[in-house]
This record gives sequence, structure tokens and C-alpha cells, in this order.
Amino acid sequence: MPDEEITLPDIVGTTRTTPVEQSRKGPVGGDREFTVEVRTQRQIIVSRFVKHRAAVISSVVFLVVVLFAFVGPLLWHQPYNVYTNDIEVPPSGAHPFGTDGSGYDLFADVMHGAARTLEIAASVAIASTLIGTIYGAVAGYYRGWIDTVMMRVADLILTIPALVMAIIVSDKFSASIASAWYFLALILAALFWPICARIVRAQVLSLREKEFVEAARALGGKDGRIIFRHIVPNCTGSIIVVLTLTVANTVLVETALSFLGFGVRPPDTSLGTLVNNGQTSIQNGFPWLFYFPALFIILIVLSINFIGDGLRDAFDPQQTRVRA
Amino acid sequence: MTAYSSPSTGSDVLLAVNGLTVDFPTADGVVRAVRGVSYELRAGEVLGIVGESGSGKSVSSMAVMGLLPKSARIDGSITFRGRELLGSTEKQFMEIRGSKIAMIFQDPMTSLNPVYKIGFQLAEAVLAHHDVGRQEARKRALELLEIVGIPFPEQRIDQYPHEFSGGMRQRVVIAIAMANNPDVIIADEPTTALDVTVQAQVLESLRTAQQETGAAMVLITHDLGVVAGQADRVLVMYAGKPVEIGGVDDIYYNPRMPYTLGLLGSLPRLDVDRAERLTPIQGAPPSLLSLPPGCPFTPRCPMAADLCAEREPELLTTDSPAHAAACHYSVLLAGKQPGEVFATSAEDAVMPEAYGADTAAVTGTITTTHGETAE
Amino acid sequence: MFAFTIRRLLASIPVLFFSTLLVFLIVASSVDPLSPLRARNPPIPQKTILAEAHRLGLDHPLLQRYWDWLTGLVLHGNWGTSVSPSYDIGQRLGSAFLVTIRLVVLSIVLSLILAVAVGVLTAVRQYSKMDYAATAVGFLFLSLPTFVFAILLKSWAIQFNQAVRPDGPPLIATLFEASPNPPTGFFGKIGDAAGHLLLPTIVLSLISYASWSRFQRSSMLEVLNSDYVRLARAKGLSRSRVLFRHALRNALIPLSTQVALDTASLLGGAVITETIFEWHGMGYMFIQAIGNYDLYPILAWLVVASSLVIIFNLVADLLYAVLDPRIRLA
Repeated sequence: MPDEEITLPDIVGTTRTTPVEQSRKGPVGGDREFTVEVRTQRQIIVSRFVKHRAAVISSVVFLVVVLFAFVGPLLWHQPYNVYTNDIEVPPSGAHPFGTDGSGYDLFADVMHGAARTLEIAASVAIASTLIGTIYGAVAGYYRGWIDTVMMRVADLILTIPALVMAIIVSDKFSASIASAWYFLALILAALFWPICARIVRAQVLSLREKEFVEAARALGGKDGRIIFRHIVPNCTGSIIVVLTLTVANTVLVETALSFLGFGVRPPDTSLGTLVNNGQTSIQNGFPWLFYFPALFIILIVLSINFIGDGLRDAFDPQQTRVRA
Repeated sequence: MTAYSSPSTGSDVLLAVNGLTVDFPTADGVVRAVRGVSYELRAGEVLGIVGESGSGKSVSSMAVMGLLPKSARIDGSITFRGRELLGSTEKQFMEIRGSKIAMIFQDPMTSLNPVYKIGFQLAEAVLAHHDVGRQEARKRALELLEIVGIPFPEQRIDQYPHEFSGGMRQRVVIAIAMANNPDVIIADEPTTALDVTVQAQVLESLRTAQQETGAAMVLITHDLGVVAGQADRVLVMYAGKPVEIGGVDDIYYNPRMPYTLGLLGSLPRLDVDRAERLTPIQGAPPSLLSLPPGCPFTPRCPMAADLCAEREPELLTTDSPAHAAACHYSVLLAGKQPGEVFATSAEDAVMPEAYGADTAAVTGTITTTHGETAE
Repeated sequence: MFAFTIRRLLASIPVLFFSTLLVFLIVASSVDPLSPLRARNPPIPQKTILAEAHRLGLDHPLLQRYWDWLTGLVLHGNWGTSVSPSYDIGQRLGSAFLVTIRLVVLSIVLSLILAVAVGVLTAVRQYSKMDYAATAVGFLFLSLPTFVFAILLKSWAIQFNQAVRPDGPPLIATLFEASPNPPTGFFGKIGDAAGHLLLPTIVLSLISYASWSRFQRSSMLEVLNSDYVRLARAKGLSRSRVLFRHALRNALIPLSTQVALDTASLLGGAVITETIFEWHGMGYMFIQAIGNYDLYPILAWLVVASSLVIIFNLVADLLYAVLDPRIRLA
């Protein structure tokens, strides 16, 4: 018990009247801090993403690839589909990735192929995520027979291998060269949207039981408004993750299709077609024709996978991830 | 007044915790969840540990069972029947768990494995520590179900957890804890997840369990009402440290720490003559990542003075050696009622900004420092 | 449990029915067996084209064609007419199916064993070096396209064969599902088939292993942090008993659903793998039929493929019910 005379403040019925000096500083540091500093949700998500080293590195790599694919052709002197005299030349100064049997410059080829692959992947991802989100949100919100019927249709689409279906349908659309890739993207989007729909539906099913939905309804909110202004924004995390995974999946499926000859067709090129052209080249002594396009596919998909992992962590951290 | 010391020797002291500290290293820093807990538990008695979420009450009990994650840094001493538990191997802990010291967890809906029958999970507890046949174990399981008051045990024993209600599941968990007649039963918030009406039944089963096994019990809860009916002694914890310890009558009728007083004041009671208003404690518990020096209750304490913010008070005995409180001004609280110390205001928003109080944290929305709300 | 099985079986039938309808509508409107005839130069007389259309049943309305085809298949086992009159669809399908199914089943089994083992190990030793390594490897395989991996393995095997035995039969088979002159006798044939299964199985299994092991790892971690596992430990049970009896048993449940969902993409992967290793299985049959605009073999193929998927889903549902008693009563 302290020796000095204690004069206690008048404590009845009031809040404290002897203010103790405080200052608000960050959580780490010698000053007094009674609460953890608040940050906006966006800041929290960004900071969590940044902690994921692999995701950050992958973002940089992906950006470099995108620049390479879209800005590269503007800077590189050699167009991609023009014969040169250098037939099957290994990588060197004029042709950093070498050339193929027709003298096409592989460096330019890979640029264009990557650009085409990325264009398709991005469009498919955006389209299928949009459709899937609306579809899944409606099904999950209304439940009952609407949900059952809607999801049965979605499941039905998923019972058919996407690759196979795309092969069958793509035949019809080898019309003109320029429009060909749009149709390919459309087909793939039509095959991939159920994946997004399932995930959004699952989220909406759990969210619709929460009190804020009840509150919105009590305030007289109409169904459409509740679904799209209240519930769906809370699914953003899952939606963004599905989006990135769809990009990765589309790249894999599209390159496989193009490899088999059913996707992007000559004279247009994609990374898959390039790998197809180069598949025997490993034995024949021109390995660069295979390895460079293959490497780019792997690089794109790997970086997107890591980014997706980082995003998943940023939106919904669990102890289950490996801290990369 | 002298420093409180818990006698760790003595023939009937089963469990003695001395100076227990538990730190969790996290990405944001070290969380000091338990900062020096000491108590003793004698045979047959019930010790109630009371505190808010984050006070360290559950963590200290998990340390006794050796159930903390590997990343936890534990220091101090926990002795069971004189034998030091900290530093034991997993195998040594396995021998004690379920047979000498048993634990009951908070949420009965998730405590039982959904894919196995109740009888299986009960028998498992017995078979883990006794070399008996399956028939023996099943008989014991039936016995246990009857003791805790599950109706129609012969049919229920072959049912799955999802066929039981919350209260019944908790009784099954109590039965599992009792299975091997343990010396100590630790009940970590056994009724928190249950309705009030079911609470009474579960507490009844708990009392039966204690009487049947003769075990000593540690009853952890944030509900003072639960403690009042069950405990012999009470330990009040705040921000990882004990702030008051004593017999149940001492704590309830002669609290000497403002936090205890506040807790009592926020409890609706039927034994008070006049219709007194409840006196809530304003604010929220501190972050265990960065505790400022001094008493951690300072920002919420109506009696706080400069001394409180400088030096953390020790647990010192008050009127009797068994009753101790950690407050520089505990003497002044003798005979005070909660309404004399705490305001009856229920408006948290009035809390003064000068004390670093963040109204947003209290009202529950996310605000930036400029006051915009983000959803 | 029995009632549950019957219910699920009955529920699968309408799904099967609707999937055949969907498949038929899409394929019939996309694949035109007459297009190569129409594109011929010098042009074929219209009469011949009409006769061919009649032979293939293309002159009827779409839905009637569907009904004729469906009843023909279900009631008479008639898979339809091919553009090449001597092509017996049913027989070709049967032999191709046998070739492909052994690849698919073996891959699934191998993937599962690897995925569960690695998933459990990395969950139990979370954040260890092994965990990081396994995760990195998993990511790599996830990002590796099937065809790239297949080509790589094939070329490495060729180089290996040339290095080790340049003048003789290849040590590691790189082409076809069996040697052109297979050894005689039952065991000889099995051995030969097994040798040819090696590379394609590796390709197909490692890619599904990658996604399943990550899935299993997170499922396992979730279970390891659950209350009932904590209670099991508090009961004093041994580590292995807690791990296998309590944790793994629950952690395997979501995986079975995931495997069923992935069956469709696995079949797609099989098509690619068979193409590169030049197997004469369903993949080859399919690509051939596409090339010929042969409507009915394509339909037959899709019926078998989607039936496989639906069956796998059914099996997964049943497995789920066996593992999780809560489902049985639903």
C-alpha cells in the first residue's frame, strides 16, 4: 500500500475525472495504446496480400508477361507471321527465341501467342464469373425448387468434359479468322460458368441467413436489391478467387485445345499451337521450339495460381495456408 | 498485507499452479495470454475461474492438460500431486489426460465426433486407460449415461451425436470426463453455449459428476451466476493475470478489486431490496499484444489514479490470507456497493476520448481515423 | 443405408436422361456428317447426299431423331450408324473403353493414395520444410499442362532409351497401350500392358494429385483444429488413434466429393494423354470421329463419358453416406 496521502476523486455517478496522459500511437512502440489501431477493410486485405511473398513475386512476373505480350510487339521489329531467311536457327541476338521451320521468329510468335491466350483467358474469366455470380446468387437466394432446377442444369453442364465439348462445338465456328477467338471464348465461358455459380450459391446460402439480410428485408428492400447490393458484395472474396482460378483453368484448357488443333487456328497463333508445332522438335534438335512456349504457359498459370492463393489468404485468412 | 502465495504442498493439494505464463508468438507480435497465474486446488473443492474473453482463463487450463499448440511458450510450474507437469512428454500427458485430469469444453455441438456413435466415444475413453473388454466398456458407458441423466440409455447409446440436443450432448461430454473417475475435472465454460433452462440441467449433471467421482473441479466461466451456485473458491482474472482470489462469500460480499465490483454490479440480482440499476463496466478488455505499463484495468476503472497507470498492482492479501486482491486502493473498497463506484450509465459512447478509448471499437463499426464508415 | 442407395440410384436416372438430351441437342446441331460431302470438289450429286442423309437418319426433325436414337440405344443396344458403313460403333466403343478405363482407374487410385498421404503428412507437420517443398511441387504440377508434361516425359524416356539401349527395343514404352507384337500368355500381356501404362499414368495422376493433396491438406488442418479432435486428445487417446480414427476419417469426407467432381476433367486429360502417347483408346476414337464428322460415334462417346461421371458422382455420394452418418438420414 503506497505511503503517500491518496486523494481520491469524487467517484460517485460520474466517469473518471483524473485524466491520465495518453497518446495514440501504433501498436508496436513504447507509448500507451489501449486499443488496436483500426484500418479500412481494403487496407487490411492489401496488407495481408503483401505478406504473401510468392503472390507478390508472381504479380510482378505476371505483369511482366502481360507487358511482354501486349507491349512487346509494338517494340519488337519482327512481326510474328512473316517468313525470314533464318530457318530453324537457335536462340541468338536477332532471334532471342530462335526460329522455326518456316523462318518465323519465335520471339514474336510467343508474344502474339501469349497475348491471344491471355485475351481469351481474361474474357472467359470475366464472362463466366459474371454469369455464374448472377446465376448462383439467384439460385442461392430463392432456394426451393428454383434452386434445385437451376443447379441441376448447372450440374448437367459439369458432367460433360469441357475439353471434349469445346472440341465438338468449335468445329462450327471456324468461320473467319478474326472472329474465331471470340467464339472460342464464348464456348469456354458457357462451359465454365457453372463452377462459379456453385461457389457463389454456397456462399449466398449461408449469407442469406444472416441478420443483415433480415434487416434489409424488414426495411422494405426488394429482392433484387438485397441480392446485389447486400449479399453479393459480401461474396467478393470468393468471387475474386474464382475469377483468378478460372483464368488459370482457361489457359490450360485453351492451350490444350489449340494444341490439339481445335482451338486457335492458323494463321492465328496461341501458345498451345506453338507447343504443337514444336512437340517433335526436341528430338529433332530444335528444342527451343518446344521449351519457350511451354515455359510461358507454365509461367502464366503458375503466377496466376500463386496470385489466387494470395488473394484467398487476403480475403479469408486461415491457419491452413503455408506462409510462402 | 502480504503477497498472496498459494501453498503448493499440503497433503490434499491436488493441482498447484505457480507463476504460469503463456506467450503466443504471432505475426503481429507476442501475445502474452497468461501473465503469472497461481492457484491451488484441493481434493473435493470447486474453484471457479471468472473472467472475460481474453482474460487467459481457458489458456491456463489448456496448459494444465498440455493441449496448447506447439508454438506456445509456457513458463512457471504446474504440479499434479506434487509431480511437475510442464515439460512432460506427450506420452506422459496421455496417461494423465482423461484418467487423472479430465476436461469439458465449451461447445457441445462440436465437441463430439459426428461420425461415431455415442457409445463408441464413451467406451473409447474407458478403453484408453483400462485393459478391459468391449462388453465391460459398454456396460460402463451405459452406467455413465444413466448417472448424467440421459433417458433410455440402452437405445441412446447406439445413436449418433446429431440425434442429441445441445444439453444432452454436453451431458455426454460430462459422462466422458467422468469415465475413469478422474481426480480433477476442468470444465471450460460448460454452459456458455446453452440456453439458460438447459444450463441448470447441465450444471446439475456436473454436480453429480463431481459427487460421484469425488473429483476436484475447476469451473471456468464468465457468468458469475453460475459460479455462485457451484464454487467454493473463486479466482477472478483480467488481461492474463489474477486480480482477486478468495472464498465465494468473500468475493461476492466483500470484493476488493474494482473489476470484481463491476462484474457483480452488472449482474442482475434478486437478493437486493431496492430496485437498483445495473452498473455496466464501460469499454473493452485491452489487447494482449501491447499492454501498457500499470494496471491493465486502468482505462475502465472509475477509481483510477496516476499510480494505477504507472505500476501494476500485486496480488496482496486483504482481511484474511485466503482473500487477496490486486489493486492499489483495495482498502478503499471495503464495504462498497457497485453503484457507489460505477456509474449506472449504459452509454459507452460517452467514454472520454482522452483515455485512448476508440468509440468505434466499442460500437462495432469500422471507422477510419477521420470518421468515415467502411462496410 | 439400403434405402438411401436405392433413392440415389433412382435419382440418377433422370439426370442420365437429361444429360443424353443435352448431349444430343448440342452434338446434333454442331456436327454435320454431310459437310465433307458437301465440300467435295467436284461436287457430289444431290441425290447421293440425300441418300446418305436418309441412311444416317438426318432427314427427320431433331427431337424425333433424339427419341429414335435413345430408344434404339436403350431398347436394342443400337449405338447408331457411322459414316463408314463397316464401323461397328458398339464394338469399337467396347474395346476402346477397356483400354482407357485401366488408365483412368489406375491414375485415380495412384493420385488418391499420394494425395492423402502427402495431405496428411503436410498437415501434421505444418510449416515444416517438407510442407513448403510439397506445396511448391504441388503448385508446379497444378500449373503444368497435361500435354506439356506428357511430351516432356515422352522425350526424356526416348533419350533415356537411346542412352541405355540404343540398339534394341525401348526400355520404357513411349507409344501405344501395348506392343505391336505383344508377348504371349496372360502374364506376358499384363506385363506388357503395365509397362506401357507407366508414362501415361504418371502424367494423368500427378496433375490430379496436385489439386487433391492441397485439398486434403486444408481439409485435414481444419479437422485437426476442430473441437472433437481436441476432446479426443483430452481423453488421453494415442496420437495415431486421434490422427487416423478421428481426424482422417472426417477429413476424407470432402475429398470423395471433390474426386467425383473432377472426373469430367480427368476424362478430358485422358483424351490428351492418349493422343500424345498414341493409345488406341477412347481418346483416339473420339478424335477420329471428330475428324470424320461422324455423329453417332461422338454421341456414343459422350453418353459413355457422362455416364461415367454420373456413376462416379453416385459412388461418391454413397461413400459420403457411409463415412458420414448425418447424411444417411437426410
